[in-house]
Amino acid sequence: MANRPQPSFPEPDTQHFWEGCKDGELRYQTDADGNVVFYPRGHSTVTGDRDLTWHVSAGLGTVYTYSVVRQNRMPGFQELGAYAVAYIDLDEGFRMMSTVVGVDNPVTDIHIGQRVQVEFEEQDGDDAYPVPVFRPV
Amino acid sequence: MAQERLAAIAGIHEYPLRVAPGVSSMQIKADSMKRALDDAGLDWGDVDGLYDALDGEGGGGLGLAAYLGIKPRLLDTTQVGGSSYEFHASHALRDIAAGRCNVAVTTYGSTAATQRTPIGTGGLGRGGASWQQNMESPYGGTLISNYAMVAHRHMHEYGTTTEQLAQISVATRKHAMRNPEAVKAMTDLQFVKVDEITVEDVLESRIIADPLHLLECCMISDGGGAAVFVSPEIARDIKKKPVWIIGAGEATKYRENNGDITTSAGAQSAPAAFGQAGVTPDEIDIAMIYDSFSITVAVMLEDLGFCAKGEVGEFINDGHLAFDQPGLTLNTDGGGLSSNHPGMRGLFLLLESVRQLRGESTSQVDGAKLAVAHGNGGLLGGTHTGGTVILAAD
Repeated sequence: MANRPQPSFPEPDTQHFWEGCKDGELRYQTDADGNVVFYPRGHSTVTGDRDLTWHVSAGLGTVYTYSVVRQNRMPGFQELGAYAVAYIDLDEGFRMMSTVVGVDNPVTDIHIGQRVQVEFEEQDGDDAYPVPVFRPV
Repeated sequence: MAQERLAAIAGIHEYPLRVAPGVSSMQIKADSMKRALDDAGLDWGDVDGLYDALDGEGGGGLGLAAYLGIKPRLLDTTQVGGSSYEFHASHALRDIAAGRCNVAVTTYGSTAATQRTPIGTGGLGRGGASWQQNMESPYGGTLISNYAMVAHRHMHEYGTTTEQLAQISVATRKHAMRNPEAVKAMTDLQFVKVDEITVEDVLESRIIADPLHLLECCMISDGGGAAVFVSPEIARDIKKKPVWIIGAGEATKYRENNGDITTSAGAQSAPAAFGQAGVTPDEIDIAMIYDSFSITVAVMLEDLGFCAKGEVGEFINDGHLAFDQPGLTLNTDGGGLSSNHPGMRGLFLLLESVRQLRGESTSQVDGAKLAVAHGNGGLLGGTHTGGTVILAAD
């Protein structure tokens, strides 16, 4: 899908994450104590400290759960047919919403516990942000 | 702890129509407030406290007092989604006990059906840029798919099946068929089959978002209502039996790294409510639980303490949730699945609890003394709230 809704900016918490997608990097943060912070924010959700460090994930993870959307009333998605929405647990310890692509039938070919690898799906439009999606490995 | 009688629900009204063209949400709110006050035998001018979930044309809250023409000395605009009304009851207990008001009202009005609002199948991405929106809107998740992700994980971890979850839809529909307003709702909203349903009917209905079927999803209706909260002094003189608010709890939960999606905010709000009330889940006669979907009820039955985490499938599989079976009874008005869901169902959980404890339900449980109303607001598989209220007959 090449016309996914794009993130909106200015939005200071998530801009660096999305700039990373343009560089093929799935970025996440840790605080000074090593706690993983995700979704991106300006503070540690454990300590409140603002001294966070950015990292690049290896992009490997596991399907924590998913659903296949069979009915929707959203422009762009209505034409898709059945598609998956999933929470992916990345190996570095963060959970993100995404989708699983590259399967013949999302109803039968996706399962909880499946190993997946991130890829960055190009989007229509000049300067559009590629969207991180996951493919079974 | 001994049960205390610090605040009561004195009057209720549920707007009777689920398809109400030509009526505004604010009109439903005002009409419902008047009828709930009538139900209690109280007057418009008696109201000195106003709780509002910021619904209605103009946004309610600040504007609602002006619309109604009242000048309350307490205004609380807690908006936490569909559980807002459990939060309002919780706050009314606190505020009335502190002497901040004596006759308080919460109202709800919605024209979601007439407006054809795609609550369940529209995108979750509305409004401007936000940290969460930017991370989730590209994926096309619907509200239903968010709850469905909880169902999938629950099935994966505990072996829960659709056959088991279907018991929730079956019991709820049985109750709805005894409630004339629910029958009219299903008729007006053009349900394919306005009749009792079986587990097989649920299994054979189409899947909206795996693994949730159509008959596991609530309706989208118009509607609304009101509840009147009063002090013990006022409660002595009202027209009907007061129903006491004896405990309340509030909590929030959200997507967390390594979090457990099968446990809701209810696991935090329920122990607080039961603790304040001084009762245990096995003493409860009536469970009014927000049935946006089958899985919502399933998770809440566990989190409220009616069975252990992961055991709800076995707990409900004998069909005892129906009012005429021994054991815990669920959603005797027909629920959001089969009676009324204009978007924020939490109010109706309080209203039917009151009917049961007064002896006025269309699926009355003989001698019902204790009810729990548990609302869920927001997204069960994402950011959500849980509000638990324990109610007792006089």
